[in-house]
Amino acid sequence: MSRPIDQAENAEKFLADTVHEQRFDKLLWAIRMRRDAAAQQVPEWEELRTLASEIKEHTLSNLSGYLIQFEARATANGVIVHWARDAHEHNQIVYDLLAEQGIDALIKSKSMLTEECELRPFLERRGIRVTETDLGERIQQLDDQPPAHITGPAIHKTNHDVAVLFSQKYGSDPKNEDTAYLAGVMRENTRPDILKARAGMTGANFIVAETGAIVVATNEGNADLSANTPPVHICSVGIEKIIPTTESLAVFIRLLARSATGDPITQYTSTFRGPRKGAAMHVILVDNGRSARLGMKRFWHSLKCIRCAACMNTCPVYRRSGGLSYGSTYMGPIGIIMMPTFEIRKYSELPFSSTLNGSCTHVCPVKIDIHEQIYGWREVMEENDQIQVVKKEAMRVADKVLSHPALYQIATASVSTALEVLPHFAIYNRLNVWGKHRDVPEAGPETFHEWYRNHRPDHRTKTNEVER
Amino acid sequence: MSRTQTLSKNTILDAVRGNQPPAQSMPTIPHFHTNRPQGNQPADLVAKFSESIVHMTGVVITENVPDLDSFLRTKFPDAKVICSAIPEYAGTIRPAGLNHWSEASTIDVCIVRSPMGVAETGSVLLSDLELQVNTIAYLAHDLVVLLDPKQIVPNIHDAYEHPHFRLRPYSVLMTGPSGSGDIGAIVVHPAQGVRTLTVILSPARNASKRKG
Repeated sequence: MSRPIDQAENAEKFLADTVHEQRFDKLLWAIRMRRDAAAQQVPEWEELRTLASEIKEHTLSNLSGYLIQFEARATANGVIVHWARDAHEHNQIVYDLLAEQGIDALIKSKSMLTEECELRPFLERRGIRVTETDLGERIQQLDDQPPAHITGPAIHKTNHDVAVLFSQKYGSDPKNEDTAYLAGVMRENTRPDILKARAGMTGANFIVAETGAIVVATNEGNADLSANTPPVHICSVGIEKIIPTTESLAVFIRLLARSATGDPITQYTSTFRGPRKGAAMHVILVDNGRSARLGMKRFWHSLKCIRCAACMNTCPVYRRSGGLSYGSTYMGPIGIIMMPTFEIRKYSELPFSSTLNGSCTHVCPVKIDIHEQIYGWREVMEENDQIQVVKKEAMRVADKVLSHPALYQIATASVSTALEVLPHFAIYNRLNVWGKHRDVPEAGPETFHEWYRNHRPDHRTKTNEVER
Repeated sequence: MSRTQTLSKNTILDAVRGNQPPAQSMPTIPHFHTNRPQGNQPADLVAKFSESIVHMTGVVITENVPDLDSFLRTKFPDAKVICSAIPEYAGTIRPAGLNHWSEASTIDVCIVRSPMGVAETGSVLLSDLELQVNTIAYLAHDLVVLLDPKQIVPNIHDAYEHPHFRLRPYSVLMTGPSGSGDIGAIVVHPAQGVRTLTVILSPARNASKRKG
């Protein structure tokens, strides 16, 4: 049985390096602010969030029918559809597709699903050379690290880090830390692999049941290159990524990039319906625990996730502990509610990597009740006796706060400035191990207990109680 | 389908059927036209499109370009290979002249006409129908797209009504040149695709309505 990941312990290494920690925090907060500005430009933003949530809930509650529809339409378009129950089966399908044509090199664009399945090491052990074509993902591949962020895999690295890495791997100038220069080094070194590749792989942000299409969003155009240049395109996608129609796709495209980076759309939002003449297109529909999660009454809503990372960018714990500290494929608030569904013991402590401030829920474009699920997972861990004593105490505090809606609303105030400083008082108390490295701020030196006592409302009504 | 694949498919679908929550209804999706602050007139759409594409570091040419060859030679003086996917201009090579899709990497400048622009985002639609060889829009150094200003639709809801998304094997909403913010969250160009994207607003011959 695997030892639980101790995110707080792992975060200590990150926190000890103040250069990286402070820069990371600042970068992510800036992205969060850009997201806010973008959302404010769209008058119907909240309506779009509601629609996105409803469309996802509709689709997930009719998932079997939509999967069958997708398979039929994609097959009619000339796509070969495969089904993978788990990571191993997925990896084996990819390997077999390559091996049967004698292909020993693969170019691929970023896909969290293939990270989840640990595809790259699986293929490399069998003699397939894999080249990641997303800049951040390639940096992480060269550095032999998993992604630290789901949309910016190498966002924790400084220009200096990348310059040194590229000089070691590509022989480039270690002193030239210019971002454009470094991106150029990557382009020059990856382009030959793209041009000679016989197979390319992508993930998918969405698949459309009505048309049998897959939809991929990138800024670099690397998915389009990976899918279009070689004669074989393999797309891996989780079964939860399906949406009913092209009409509904519009809702998600309007939300995705704005939530992720603050831009109205990614540079390339591409729809692949079928192979070009003389080429092959494969789509692998992957379960790997998703159908089981669909049956979890309290937690199935996490399947609505569109992987924008807005919840991570806003999370005070994520911003101050780095993505690698979670020791998991998915990190931050969405990660800590998804990972226990894969392996409950290993990820039993992740749900405590949260202040339960609720900001993740506020920014989620598909309205996943993330902080309530985090709390729910804490209860599950307690019921399963998976947690240490100190964390049980932390949960009891959270329990009290969550039972007082008015107070809870104060705690989850969405005012940006409040959230920006929130970690400095919310993290620093003896029950939160992330707080060990934080200074007590000059204003607001209360402990969480004191704050709670001082703000405790005198009365509460049953109708206002937080539903659990 | 192999026996293993049939087993996998049935196992997944059985698990999904057994676990999916009670069916919830599909909402009606509006187009939100009344919410748009920038107005609904064609001139408003051109203005919004231009603003949006510039935000995404694309370049928009709103003035008339009477001589395309001269324009391209001036804008890209070092270009030797100009691939044209439009009938009215020959360039130095046609997409059909490429032996392999990877040969598009020899192209300096690619020119193509888009059937639709999107004011909300500054995107242009391209598909395998216009590109003929999809990689010309990615492996070329620079991309120039002609767009009839009458073909600009207000927003993404309108955009996804275009028949390309239901009929073409490949369609892309392209919005600015290839870029990456993966190092230090500073967006630089190019990443893996084209270095620049220039959209010339140019009425199409015999095209007053949107074509699929």
